[in-house]
Amino acid sequence: MQKKNQTQKKKDYQKYVEQKAPKPKYVRNCIWAFLVGGAICTIGQFVHNNVEDLLGLTHLAATNVTTLVMIGLGAFFTGIGVYDKLGKLAGAGSIVPITGFANSIVSPAMEFKREGFVFGVAARMFNLAGPVLVYGITSSVIVGLIYYLIYN
Amino acid sequence: MAVKRLGAQTIKFLNPPAIISTGSIVGPKEGQGPLADYFDAIIQDDLYGQDSWEMAESKLIREAVTKAVDKAELKIADIEFMFGGDLLNQLMSSSFAARDLQVPFLGLYGACSTMTESLSMAAMMIDGGFADRVVAATSSHFSSAERQFRFPLELGNQRALTASWTVTGSGAAILSHSKGGPFVTHATIGKIIDYGIIDANNMGAAMAPAAADTICTHFDDTGLQPSDYDLIITGDLGVYGKEIAVDLLNKKGYDAAANFSDCGIEIFDQKKQDTHAGGSGCGCSAVVFCGYLYQEMQLKNIRRLLLVSTGALFSPTSSQQGESIPSIAHAVTIEI
Amino acid sequence: MTYLNAFIVGGLICVIGQLLMDGTKLTPSHVLVIFVTSGVILTAIGVYEPLVKVGGAGATVPLPGFGYALAKGVFKGVKENGLLGAFTGGVEATSGGITAAVVFGYLMAILFTPKSKL
Repeated sequence: MQKKNQTQKKKDYQKYVEQKAPKPKYVRNCIWAFLVGGAICTIGQFVHNNVEDLLGLTHLAATNVTTLVMIGLGAFFTGIGVYDKLGKLAGAGSIVPITGFANSIVSPAMEFKREGFVFGVAARMFNLAGPVLVYGITSSVIVGLIYYLIYN
Repeated sequence: MAVKRLGAQTIKFLNPPAIISTGSIVGPKEGQGPLADYFDAIIQDDLYGQDSWEMAESKLIREAVTKAVDKAELKIADIEFMFGGDLLNQLMSSSFAARDLQVPFLGLYGACSTMTESLSMAAMMIDGGFADRVVAATSSHFSSAERQFRFPLELGNQRALTASWTVTGSGAAILSHSKGGPFVTHATIGKIIDYGIIDANNMGAAMAPAAADTICTHFDDTGLQPSDYDLIITGDLGVYGKEIAVDLLNKKGYDAAANFSDCGIEIFDQKKQDTHAGGSGCGCSAVVFCGYLYQEMQLKNIRRLLLVSTGALFSPTSSQQGESIPSIAHAVTIEI
Repeated sequence: MTYLNAFIVGGLICVIGQLLMDGTKLTPSHVLVIFVTSGVILTAIGVYEPLVKVGGAGATVPLPGFGYALAKGVFKGVKENGLLGAFTGGVEATSGGITAAVVFGYLMAILFTPKSKL
């Protein structure tokens, strides 16, 4: 009985805390995410169009080059200490684009430099980005296997 | 027969030890805050000339202890024991500082509650007649705590609105017998309280019940009332946690709202410094007490103080395993 | 016109991410995992391709675009190499990005140190 009371008390408290906690500014956050995310993609489009024309690449090759350039940009702006400030403002607007993927690789790599170049930089590099590769690659293999079974 | 025990969880010091001097040193952000003038030193670079933030934090403790010793016109060798702690794994910064200081050392871990934990232990040692001069010191560092408990500094994420900002700084207090105060008269040792809060970004809510429980027990044990205190100040509940603690105390029949504050709220300017809920960390209540409150007590602007450092006893492991956050608070009465 | 489309499609994908982060307890890492996996699945069921046609970089630069590239690669791999392609196709198509991330990450870690936050 007392135990039950305790659980109820805890539940009540958690509910009370939820009410008390400030709500995120949804509209403001979404506007910033939209603007910054949109801008990053527009830069991507600009890079894509230019490499396609200037280097005479196929559409697919140009997409690959764009990814490469965007990752380079994300990594560079993380290095010079700008990307975290952008992220504070833009939230998902700078997390979701591939530049954010680069940020999540470069930031732990830089952070753990003092633990050495093997156990620090190299081992920690995929602390945050590793899951993206694990789930991305695994799900693509599953999709590939299903595709193989259907078409054979 | 424990003659110095009072009620359920409180110790009443029969020969109240005096806090004869304090030292405080803070990082650049705290140096821009409203309490800047009260600190002994403000460092401009949070690496503090060291190779890592962990070693910078260790140097902060060393300097805080040295400052306190200098102000008391003592030498490091005069200090007989040191109680200290910080947030890092295996108390890296305090033990490394104690290694350099070569003072007999007892390391404590109570997360952000360590300041009052070490003050209580030091006071017991003096009152018990085990030592004449004991130092209590704790520290925290934003960058070293951030990498252990949260994310890399350069990661572009948004901090939760209820999240707090770990204070970079260290405070040290030397306890001894002396005719002049301020004196440590009571210490209420807290129980671990867990109301099932899981969100590590809302430590104020996790710790508020522990703070309320300890404060309430303190009043029950001593027979004192909130109005007997000029100030009741918690360690690092932050803006939302403080409100919750006041609410919880109200429910238990104590109206403390009038003279209740929180070190995490005092140390930063919430509007200008963008710290969200406020400051936190072992260093938070340490520098606010050793810098601001100690001086205010010497000026007799505060005559009786209840300092309640609050600690969230979680780790990245417990948090990832989905466990809730056990919390603790220790209260120390300081009078002049 | 392609720029405007990229801006709108890319912006909207980010807004979905923001809503997930603000409205639930999901961390950015969780959102990224969900996005890349949805990219793979949406491509497999043929929903993402039209979005790429309209949005261009607006659909390929956000993380679901990484899932899209993985899925496309896998399909190509299966067509060319059968069962083996299911394993080689995805990483083959995204090898540039993954390699760039590793190399740039390492390079930046050598060149720069994190700055203190105020």
